[in-house]
Amino acid sequence: MATKTGIPTTPMAGTPAVTLSNEEVLRYSRHLIMPEVGMEGQLKLKAAKVLCIGTGGLGAPLGVYLAAAGVGRIGLVDFDTVDLTNLQRQILFSTSDVGRPKIEAAADRLRGLNPDIQIDTFETRLTSENALELFKDYDLIVDGTDNFPTRYLVNDTCILLGKQNVYGSIFRFEGQVTVFGAPGGPCYRCLYPEPPPPGLVPSCAEGGVLGVLPGIVGSIQAAETLKLIIGKGEPLIGRLLLFDALAMRFRELKLRKNPECPACGAHPTVTSLIDYAEFCGIRGEEAPALQTTVPEIAPRELKARLDRGDDLFILDVREPHEYQICNLGGYLIPLGDLSRRASELDRSREIVAHCRSGKRSAEAVEFLHKAGFRKVLNLKGGILAWSDEVDPSVPKY
Amino acid sequence: MAVKVIIPTPLRPYAGKQESIELQAGSVAEALVALTTRFSELKKHLYSDDGRLRSFVNIYVNDEDIRYLQKEKTSLREGDTVSIVPSIAGGSHIA
Repeated sequence: MATKTGIPTTPMAGTPAVTLSNEEVLRYSRHLIMPEVGMEGQLKLKAAKVLCIGTGGLGAPLGVYLAAAGVGRIGLVDFDTVDLTNLQRQILFSTSDVGRPKIEAAADRLRGLNPDIQIDTFETRLTSENALELFKDYDLIVDGTDNFPTRYLVNDTCILLGKQNVYGSIFRFEGQVTVFGAPGGPCYRCLYPEPPPPGLVPSCAEGGVLGVLPGIVGSIQAAETLKLIIGKGEPLIGRLLLFDALAMRFRELKLRKNPECPACGAHPTVTSLIDYAEFCGIRGEEAPALQTTVPEIAPRELKARLDRGDDLFILDVREPHEYQICNLGGYLIPLGDLSRRASELDRSREIVAHCRSGKRSAEAVEFLHKAGFRKVLNLKGGILAWSDEVDPSVPKY
Repeated sequence: MAVKVIIPTPLRPYAGKQESIELQAGSVAEALVALTTRFSELKKHLYSDDGRLRSFVNIYVNDEDIRYLQKEKTSLREGDTVSIVPSIAGGSHIA
């Protein structure tokens, strides 16, 4: 078969003709020999410009597959640095990348994978101030972020600019994927007009994620992105794909465009970008005020008092599986069971409650005070601070 | 009607750690009342203080969003699946 190089892409107004070199023909041959992609699709991929928000768990497989597939220009937005806890799932990074800016490590990896494509790096937090400017040069946006304010910011920016948003999100072992912002299709606000209040967002007791889950969800996002670019198949527009890795089950729900949607409805009220932290009820980055209103004890002070032989009852309010990771020898009553099991505690003794970071135990202390316990203190900073300030042999997680 | 309610991962801690619950209900409202009666902790996650379904929790009967059916009055047939689908932001950050 004759080498089909030098064939210009399907004419698109204002787009320069794109061609493949012989080496690129070989690189993409497994695409080229499939009629669904073919030379036409591959040239569309080369001409495409995709912006990936986040280079973490979802962004990793996404970036890798888009780069490998020959998407001509990939923008990466992230402000974070690689840490050891990322490596359990963020497969763009190596152990030697710990401490490096994610964007730098990601760009190196993707350029190494495919030197023929352009990688744009934006080492910045996505904000209402920079989003429109960042998005405007790209055809498609892929949302691989991990928080509600950025989700709404990405959605609203896409709607304002008329761009499609390949959405994926994960929780523990469950994922959701869809395509928002397609012409006539729904947006994120059609699905969820408002975010949950911060108090109802799961905390560490329910956190965590199966490492492979973002790999699967991010790969589905990559597949949808490639399909949208080449214009083949049935995109996840108006369909919400739910995936449960534990049950290993996919389900699909109908997702409708809300005619009264504040962002994409007939009479939108979201006409410019807003303060998304405020929209999501988050003011500043501090933990809830609760933490500072309960009486506390610093780790070093606790150590000193224990060494002195003071009669202190250590109450651990974490989950049993966390106790197995590390513990201070405390009595375990998970926060969720405390109201039911408070009778197990001796009111006459002085109690020091702790958790991982001090947040759940602050709730426990508040609860116990209300329940009439007089002498209850919260271990400030939890096990993390204990490990930092008293006993580094206690692992942090 | 015997129906199945699928509990999403984030709400399982408040529903006896179960993945799904079988119960008897003739409408979505009845199903949710039966569910929150059995698992009282679920209530604040599904309803706001004024007793309305929270806007970050969607309810589906089979594959259809009840907002586009008869909302909580949507009737249920034998064997229907009711899904609770809350928004998840994703990520693995721990507090």
